[in-house]
Amino acid sequence: MTKKLLKGNYAVVEGALQGGIDAYFGYPITPQNEITEYMSQRMRAEDRVFLQAESELAAINMVFGAALTGKRTMTTSSSPGISLMQEGISYLAGCELPAVIVNVQRGGPGLGNIDGAQGDYFQSVKGGGHGDYRLLTLAPSSVGETYSMCRDSFDLAFKYRCPVLILTDGVIGQMIEPAEVDDTPLKKDKKVKDYGWNLTGCLGRERRVVRSLYMKEGALEKLNLRLAERYEAMKKETDWEESDTEDASLILVGYGTSARINYDAARRAREKGMKVGYFRPKTLYPFPSERLKELSGKANFLVVEMSMGQMVEDVRLAVSKDTHVEFYGRPAGGIPETDKILEICKKMTA
Amino acid sequence: MKKEIIISGFGGQGVMLAGTLLCYAGMRASKEVTFFPSYGAEMRGGTANCKVIISDSPIGSPVFSEADILISLNCPSFEKFYPSVKDGGIVFVNSSLFSPPAEERSFEMVKIPANNIAEECGTVLAANIVMIGSFAKKTGILDPETILQSIPEALEGKEKLWDINKKALSAGFNA
Repeated sequence: MTKKLLKGNYAVVEGALQGGIDAYFGYPITPQNEITEYMSQRMRAEDRVFLQAESELAAINMVFGAALTGKRTMTTSSSPGISLMQEGISYLAGCELPAVIVNVQRGGPGLGNIDGAQGDYFQSVKGGGHGDYRLLTLAPSSVGETYSMCRDSFDLAFKYRCPVLILTDGVIGQMIEPAEVDDTPLKKDKKVKDYGWNLTGCLGRERRVVRSLYMKEGALEKLNLRLAERYEAMKKETDWEESDTEDASLILVGYGTSARINYDAARRAREKGMKVGYFRPKTLYPFPSERLKELSGKANFLVVEMSMGQMVEDVRLAVSKDTHVEFYGRPAGGIPETDKILEICKKMTA
Repeated sequence: MKKEIIISGFGGQGVMLAGTLLCYAGMRASKEVTFFPSYGAEMRGGTANCKVIISDSPIGSPVFSEADILISLNCPSFEKFYPSVKDGGIVFVNSSLFSPPAEERSFEMVKIPANNIAEECGTVLAANIVMIGSFAKKTGILDPETILQSIPEALEGKEKLWDINKKALSAGFNA
């Protein structure tokens, strides 16, 4: 690994390339424009497919097409664009196709603004499109993690035959910081593997049909049960980061940019003698509920988000009944203030 | 040590380049660094700013509301950001373009005729790097030699501009 100064949005591109991306389809939107722009250079330089679609709808359906053939494919957008893609995402889930989607969140609802925000948690982990499906959802909180999560997301998508969502935000997309990147040369092998489900041309074999329409009695239920089994198996991918939780009477919980703010706040709280810990889910689905439950016997929680409270609901569901869970958030581009967090810490640890 | 720095000016004055140069130099000096730009509606002639943090320990949020140091390349950005400078902070102003009145302030002000110095070096476009030279001298956060070595990284693929920017850096340091 080498340390490289990298912008969050560029890390998406370099990570995807290292993860073996074959084809990228996207439509520009701030604050993730650098991804599409840089992809257009890098994908052509590496002799892979780059296509700027005419809309987000087109982009996600092109991803659908590429995924059908067993290619490693990705699209990226920001909140309003991701909303437009929800139908396609539901179809990807229904057809059991692997693909990677990156959401560099901005303020909403509607067109909102272009500032970093975290208002799309519900859309990401509770199903933005129709139907009983889930997305394996990863939440990087640094440029380096943006790189590694994008790199590893393709393997995860193929392992579980499902779309993987990387939920980041405008702050991490726009920021620059040193990131650990691989030195290994990119894989040049472009031969598509036969996974048994992908469309590779049926000459000499049974034809394959990929669809999400199951009209025969019980067939759709069977699909849904199969998906549920896979989501259950996915639980072993649950990942989080924690520090100073051993003796903590209060634990700050946040993901992405909010977690970075919590990191500062927890450190300052410790300096002031408060027993405050830090907890950051790296996977939002599956959510680290079990670990939070274990911790909840000894500590209360303060959940910080750049929204008016979404992930806090999953924290409340996870912890034991008598645990106190407070929330502090700022929506639509507002950045939670460390001083305010410290103030709440003081009250909650008193 | 943790220093929170705002660099601001007109779009086109090289505010973002000055910020990334500090990051490259900070990284070279084995410090933790982050850079966060204003983005989206910025254009040549409009205002632009970036937030840089240089620290000895890992950095949490790259966004902050109070700065230790402000480098302002023009008057509108000085007016916008000086109220967010901490007591005892340092403000660098490009006195070729504006000179804030001498009055009692809670921060120290360093006036650098950056445009004039840059012109003497060969181009007014290097005023941003002149300011960085002055910043290095006054604050001592980064060694000027380290910044000098980082110029080729910050200006990757623009070899023609390396020498003039190195000259501007030294001129700013010695001003």
